[in-house]
Amino acid sequence: MTLVLANAMLVDPEADTVSAGSLIVKDGKIAGRDSGGEHPSDAEVIDCNGKFLAPGIVDIGVKIGEPGERHKESFRTAGQAAAAGGITTIVTRPDTNPPLDNPETLEFYVRKARAATAVRVRPMATLTKGRQGKEISEIGLLSDAGAVAFSDCDLPVRDARTMTRCLAYAKQFGKLVVGHPQDPDLSANAAATAGSFAFMKGLPAVPPVAERMGLERDLALVEFTGAGYHADQLTVADSISVMERALDAGLDVSAGVSVHHLTLNELDVSDFRTFFKVKPPLRSEEDRQAMVHAVSKGIISVISSMHTPQDEESKRLPFAQAASGAVALETTLPATLRLHHSGDLSLPALFRALSFNPARRLGLNCGRLAVGTPADVILFDPDVPFVLDRFKLKSKSKNTPFDNQLLQGRVLRTFVAGKEIHGSCCGF
Amino acid sequence: MTFLSRHLLGIGHLSVGEILTILDLAETYVEFNRRPTKHDAALAGKTQINIFFENSTRTQMSFELAGKRLGADVMNMNAGTSSLRKGESLIDTALTLNAMRPDLLVVRHPDSGAVNLLADKVNCSVINAGDGNHEHPTQALLDALTIRRRKGKIHGLTVAICGDILHSRVARSNMLVLSKLHNRVRMIGPATLVPRILTELGVEVFDSMQEGLRGVDVVMMLRLQRERMTGASIPSFREYFHLYGLDVEKLSHARQDAIVMHPGPMNRGVEIDGTIADDINRSVIQEQVEMGVAVRMAVMDLLSRTRVESTDNGSDSAPKRHAAGSETVP
Repeated sequence: MTLVLANAMLVDPEADTVSAGSLIVKDGKIAGRDSGGEHPSDAEVIDCNGKFLAPGIVDIGVKIGEPGERHKESFRTAGQAAAAGGITTIVTRPDTNPPLDNPETLEFYVRKARAATAVRVRPMATLTKGRQGKEISEIGLLSDAGAVAFSDCDLPVRDARTMTRCLAYAKQFGKLVVGHPQDPDLSANAAATAGSFAFMKGLPAVPPVAERMGLERDLALVEFTGAGYHADQLTVADSISVMERALDAGLDVSAGVSVHHLTLNELDVSDFRTFFKVKPPLRSEEDRQAMVHAVSKGIISVISSMHTPQDEESKRLPFAQAASGAVALETTLPATLRLHHSGDLSLPALFRALSFNPARRLGLNCGRLAVGTPADVILFDPDVPFVLDRFKLKSKSKNTPFDNQLLQGRVLRTFVAGKEIHGSCCGF
Repeated sequence: MTFLSRHLLGIGHLSVGEILTILDLAETYVEFNRRPTKHDAALAGKTQINIFFENSTRTQMSFELAGKRLGADVMNMNAGTSSLRKGESLIDTALTLNAMRPDLLVVRHPDSGAVNLLADKVNCSVINAGDGNHEHPTQALLDALTIRRRKGKIHGLTVAICGDILHSRVARSNMLVLSKLHNRVRMIGPATLVPRILTELGVEVFDSMQEGLRGVDVVMMLRLQRERMTGASIPSFREYFHLYGLDVEKLSHARQDAIVMHPGPMNRGVEIDGTIADDINRSVIQEQVEMGVAVRMAVMDLLSRTRVESTDNGSDSAPKRHAAGSETVP
């Protein structure tokens, strides 16, 4: 079975090019490109009308409500949202209830995911049992069950001795540790970033130095143990020089940033709008610009949705009490395209951060347009404008800060292993 | 001057004109409140509900008295006896009260922004009687009125706000009123309670009382919020009193005619020396309480007028008036 995605603009993050051409898909894998000639007579040809074809997004750090909070998001709704947002691989967070800290739960999780969605689901498991920061998880057995990385999510391992052991043990299995760089004492109960905005709103705030402290500790232990480490989100300017030094020193480290910290700042919170409460809290405009710059320089190599579904009840509370997090599977591409439209990031650079780098970091064979790799690709129009209506999101929870905002760029078709999972076949 | 706001959620939303409108009308209510018979019908037939999710005797009484003197039917609801103890959410409480069709809700809540949240869900006017560390607008307005009556003006003055700025909604609202009316604001206190970023907001910051009080017209003391101190912000109350408690020596650095204010309740011997608090030539603390009732009457009167104008157009409501000097407010 051959599929030809003809007449497209191919966005190749690896080659750093955007070029006109067709992509040929055979048996679910990319079989080659041609610039327009004859196709085999039995091939199915899809005319892309000159729109953009790129490797599907690989999203590290997606929270799904299963198990424990299926009323917020299920595998089915998350899969639909991901497909609509151009995400072909979701790398899920283990901060579920119960947490994914044992192989039995993880096997069940993977089975449920496979049955519910065609989007690839690659789970992370907890770094410590119950995310308690005390005992190392069964990294060996969990790896066998399919865990691609290990993380306690937004609970940093407080005890440096335990963290050292976790890093050394994960290294033995060649597994990546995903950390949340944050000093736990300075950031306790924080709802905003310390500064004049948080002061005038009277909100409990964390100073930006808390992130740098967490990062410096983790990186020191990474240097000591030689482990592989990925900081889930860098959000303040201070962290960037620290990260840059670690990269220059040749440590096996990388860093991500969320779409929200790239496109919003603390002033968006305005009069206590809880859909803008994320963790870490939104930062100053200077910090936001520093993150955009760090992505363009490659110091931050991964952009994530940090998709965190929350129901209306947990957001309709006074700001400090409201739950943190935002849904973003469907808004990550249009929101990050703002950086393309503003001239900060080229399309290949954007897809390096969205697709190529996260896949490579986790050792996944996707995120590329190379021959022989899975045909996980998306067709999108980067320019089409629309006003986001949160109630039209496919996610079960509708907590997006982009509600009623003007966005540009939409996914037209999404393919996983050459099979269309979103687009014309799905009623669009 | 017209008053356009539907709610009074904070000073941040008020224009200079609105602030002065409130102060001018409050002046008339000060005289009114000194009469032997204190009854007006400006809020006759209106229902005012005071909801206090955080205990406060004086503020709640002040609002209650203000409403009653204007003829409103006033109800009090305290968090201690409410269904919030049974797990009802703030929004549901708001909707329940809203269904009883009140005209004014006066709300105090321990969380910043909670009053804004509640105001979004109801049809009536909402007055913020203090939300977390965010704002306490009527306190700042009554302070402004007190200063204006004592100093003859409320511009071009230098005002020192001293003590626990970090946890004080009074400090934030006062800072906003005073800067909007073109006064110089100084904030004095230990680095743990007076964030240095305040300089970004146009405030002068001092850690020494002697230096900070030099030449000021008004000394505003804040209560040390014992119950709000998370962690160790100060080593001990005695050290705090030694460095920041207002005593005769420290006050001598201010202008000779400087007045001393305190939003109450006072911790004598912690932030203020008893002899200063009781000095009728310097301390205006009792006057602040009196102005509080007048300012709250003015705010409620004005809010009820905007409600009438915005919702009942064409109805038979008589032109609004009040007994004392309505001609001062166009």
